[in-house]
Amino acid sequence: MLRSILRGNIRFALLLAALALVLAAGLAAYARQYSAGLAVTGLGREVTWGLYIAQFTFLVGVAASAVMVVIPYYLHDVRAFGRMLILGESLAVAAVTMSMLFVFVDLGQPRRVLNVLLYPCPNSLMFWDVLALGGYLLLNLVLGAFSLESERQGAPPPGWLKACVFLSIPWAVSIHTVTAFLYSGLAARPFWLTPILAPRFLASAFASGPALLILLGLILRRFARYDPGREAIARLATIVTYALLVNLFFVLVEVFTAVYSGVPEHRHALEYLFLGLDGHGPLVLWMWASVLLSVGSVVVLLLPGVRRRDGWLAAVCVAVIAAVWIEKGLGMVVAGFVPTPLGRVPDYAPTATEILITLGVYALGLLVLAVLCRIVLEVRARAARG
Amino acid sequence: MSECRRTFLKRAGCAALGAGSLPLLAAAGRSMAEIASQPAPAAKQWGLVVDLKKCRSASLRQACIEACHAAHNVPSMPEPRQKIEWIWSEPFGAVFGDQIHARTPDQRKTEPVLVLCNHCSQPACTKVCPTGATWKRAADGIVMMDMHRCIGCRYCMAACPYGARSFNWQDPRPYIANIRPDYPTRTKGVVEKCDFCAERLRTGGVPACVEAAASVAGGAGALTFGDLADPQSAVSQLLRQQDTICRRPSLGTGPSVFYIL
Repeated sequence: MLRSILRGNIRFALLLAALALVLAAGLAAYARQYSAGLAVTGLGREVTWGLYIAQFTFLVGVAASAVMVVIPYYLHDVRAFGRMLILGESLAVAAVTMSMLFVFVDLGQPRRVLNVLLYPCPNSLMFWDVLALGGYLLLNLVLGAFSLESERQGAPPPGWLKACVFLSIPWAVSIHTVTAFLYSGLAARPFWLTPILAPRFLASAFASGPALLILLGLILRRFARYDPGREAIARLATIVTYALLVNLFFVLVEVFTAVYSGVPEHRHALEYLFLGLDGHGPLVLWMWASVLLSVGSVVVLLLPGVRRRDGWLAAVCVAVIAAVWIEKGLGMVVAGFVPTPLGRVPDYAPTATEILITLGVYALGLLVLAVLCRIVLEVRARAARG
Repeated sequence: MSECRRTFLKRAGCAALGAGSLPLLAAAGRSMAEIASQPAPAAKQWGLVVDLKKCRSASLRQACIEACHAAHNVPSMPEPRQKIEWIWSEPFGAVFGDQIHARTPDQRKTEPVLVLCNHCSQPACTKVCPTGATWKRAADGIVMMDMHRCIGCRYCMAACPYGARSFNWQDPRPYIANIRPDYPTRTKGVVEKCDFCAERLRTGGVPACVEAAASVAGGAGALTFGDLADPQSAVSQLLRQQDTICRRPSLGTGPSVFYIL
């Protein structure tokens, strides 16, 4: 099996080589950070979390979204998702791996990471997040591996696997809820201190994750002769549409409360993001781009003639992913630190080292995803040959 | 052949997972034992009262800051965003943003205020720590920091509503003018902050800042330290007699550092 992944297909080998190259650059950058400390990043005593933790947040959402395929397939018997299911689980595995790595590269003392398990602190949401993410990774690995194995042997999946499936549904919701609680439980940060954070996280996750799945499906259909099915893709597009709408609604609810109440500490972070505060507005263009991409995507997705065309659909999915990535992967974390508890508006921009490490983690995640997809394709091709 | 490899990989994965979770079980047993061996919490809470009028002297504030930072091997980082501070000075308007208004005189807004860890009764920082590297000491209410356990996730810095915590973005040792051998230096990648001079209290002393303030001319009573739980202590008496405020009381953290206007 392992050998057949690497054999043949030159395009796939090139993809792996390119990803490995980026990963190597990321590793070199991490070696620099490991020896010099986090001083190589753009972080400081005022903005203490940045690009890494933002990616972690974004990717937990991507991981959670596998549930958007699992629920229709197992609870509502939508058979169209049969060929999409394993892709969702593979994407979840890759996304959880990346999100955990992003927390890891953010640690000042990475060698002590096991302290989280050696001195368990149930009062810390981070402890629960580690458990939730670790458990979710394991669940998806088991689900993917055993369902594929039974497929390979042409036997029905073992009965207990169904229990894992049902466990994975609330678990998926829990990983993003716990991740939101990590932020929304902090009295010190008014921008995060809102009950709508967890619902917002889930809504944006259920837009960006399925959008990624559609892209993955379109890519596999084009380049790997694996068709996840027209209906599956169309149904996912519907999920993306409504998740995006709900997310936009949640954002508006939040903006209304902050702007209409006029309470400065609720207003400031939003002003920083969308208008600039005290002359500091590094994210203003990004945030408006995110809004435009979101609204544009909803409009396009609601036009049936357009969304049925693969090219348009792929473009919209890229737009949705970009919109959510800007919202969570750039704005959400940094804005929580603005203004500081002492009222200053700090500047943060990631350094080249930080960006390289980030790209390296993404490369590793894509490597994992590529290999998992290849295994799936290989098993299914063999099964089809009989 | 490929079957063998698959079986091997599966078994290796399970073995790694099993080995990985062993310390977790051991730790669960240990932490229960630790909890059991802790003494019953004594109703004591160290606290500090800062008299703002008496702290208007720049040399007094400087003496406090220097005494503290020298006693604890606090480095002077050249890069402002990597600054490490246990006690420092901020304008009144920044410290008490919710106490000023449009007509507050500039003189008040810019009045320098000494700030440090508040050693809260309900600390926001200790609650979020995933490793127990920072905790509220039951015996005397000091918010302690174990720099050997800290993994450097900086969750406590996100949680502290006072910006009282600093992180070692790089090795601090080259930036310490004179390393004192009687206090540990820190490694890169850990959080640190004021510990109310737990090491001096242990031998019956008072915090370095309090001692330094008293030694400056006119500094008597600028900083008063004592047990908030003892009604006869100097801090308790001051809090009864004077009008005092503390930082962001609406957050429910319960600071143990108070300010006389």
